[in-house]
Amino acid sequence: MNKHPNTVIEVENLVTHYGDREILKGVTLDVRDREIMVIMGGSGSGKSTLLRHLMALETKTSGTMRILGQNIDDLSQRDFFDLRKKIGVAFQGGALFSSMTVGENVMLPLYEHTDLDQMTMEIMTRMKLEVVELGGFEDLKPSELSGGMIKRAAFARAIVMDPKILFCDEPSAGLDPVVASALDDLILLLRDAMQMSIVVVTHELESAFKIADRITVLDKGHILMVGTVDEVKNSTNERVYNLLNRVPEDDNMDMDKYLQRLTGVEVQEETVL
Amino acid sequence: MTEPSPQNAFIKFCERIGRTTVSGVEEIGHGGVLIGESFYWLIYGPRVKQPVRLGAIFQQMMEVGIHAIPIIALLVASIGAMLAIQGIHTLRVFGAESRVTIGIAFSVVREFAPLIIGIVIAGRSGSALAARIGTMKINQEIDALKVMGVNPVRFLVVPSLIAMVIMVPMLTIFGDIVGLVAAGLYVNANLGISMAAFFHDVVDILTIDDIMHGLTKSFLFAILITVIGVVNGAGVQGGADGVGKATTRSVVQAISAIVMTDMIFAFVATG
Repeated sequence: MNKHPNTVIEVENLVTHYGDREILKGVTLDVRDREIMVIMGGSGSGKSTLLRHLMALETKTSGTMRILGQNIDDLSQRDFFDLRKKIGVAFQGGALFSSMTVGENVMLPLYEHTDLDQMTMEIMTRMKLEVVELGGFEDLKPSELSGGMIKRAAFARAIVMDPKILFCDEPSAGLDPVVASALDDLILLLRDAMQMSIVVVTHELESAFKIADRITVLDKGHILMVGTVDEVKNSTNERVYNLLNRVPEDDNMDMDKYLQRLTGVEVQEETVL
Repeated sequence: MTEPSPQNAFIKFCERIGRTTVSGVEEIGHGGVLIGESFYWLIYGPRVKQPVRLGAIFQQMMEVGIHAIPIIALLVASIGAMLAIQGIHTLRVFGAESRVTIGIAFSVVREFAPLIIGIVIAGRSGSALAARIGTMKINQEIDALKVMGVNPVRFLVVPSLIAMVIMVPMLTIFGDIVGLVAAGLYVNANLGISMAAFFHDVVDILTIDDIMHGLTKSFLFAILITVIGVVNGAGVQGGADGVGKATTRSVVQAISAIVMTDMIFAFVATG
């Protein structure tokens, strides 16, 4: 693979397991500076697992991963914490701390990692809340917000430290089309205004085509293709076509295995009398 | 197709026992690691800019200790009065009611105050800790802390652990006093012994060792309650159902651990 000069994330041959099950089977991918990379794939394709590994939340089986030029296996604890400060994450369900107000949630990274005075932190928090159009909501608890507002508050918390890389897990999941579209605009705005590289995991085609610079299509733990929106749309790969056109997969069924799954009893070879 | 044979059932039974044992040992291991990690963050945290916040400790101290005062006062007073009632009833057989103070003083300070307080805190704060950490886990809040560069043990566990090991012994001292006062009031009403005489006897009977016996136990209970709550909370699988199970488990395990530790400690320390 030709290496792009400005990569912020480089993953090579990433293999991961969940228990005995192999989830990612040798994934190689790069994310470039200031691009929006969308990771797409059906359910069980491994896209959420890939995202968790990119966020260094899981232990991989093999492969290498470099984030902002640093191999994450070689980092000391302190360097690892420093790297974390340059990464923002907007989780699928928001993952806001329910015991804190929206403002305290957004301010937490500043409070933990900087020596700024309270007033400055509050101003920075309000500025980020303004960016996500949640100005004035800082005193509410997460339980008092709607689904779309929670996601936007999660974005505000993710960007409060001005990270270099922003990860978004299913930003439009569970939202109505208008709110989902507004979130897509927000992602584009963040990239343009704050010069971030953004990795978005989604299965919403419309959203992916709207925001992506490049799309990675994952299928059963393998990368099917990495390309621009047009390249993916025009792909001749059958599985990519199926994913884009919502054609159900029609795998050849192994009758013995099917029977075994239904009965829970191991099927043995029938002996012919 | 093969039929499940009795042999298979036996093997499955053995396998289940094996798995349960292994997971039990694993949980004890997790608990040990957690204590080690807590000490590590407490001492080493400030050097990697991950200090344990005093504010969080005070907040937990309020929650664990101060807010528990009314219920603890009520229960320990009841226990003190109960000991006085039973003590007088028993000693009346020998006509030695006036010696009841000995039994009350030892029982409240060495046994009942730490035990009842341990059980109340396990039910009140241990379960809350398991539920809080379990809910945070399923809502990805623990992941959010990690990706923010905030160590969850330092942020969530250490403040609770410190609050517990300070407040549970403090509550025990409070419980000792309330229990003895309640017992003294009953003795005063029943036998006509004045409160001053009762407390004069109590001070004569009790040694520092007796008070330390109770306090050391309450210190151990505090660690057990926290570790069991956190390990159960962190092990939550699934959704709300998992949180409910973890909460119940943490209370049952903590109370069992408290009662057993109490017995072992009494055996070892009462030579």
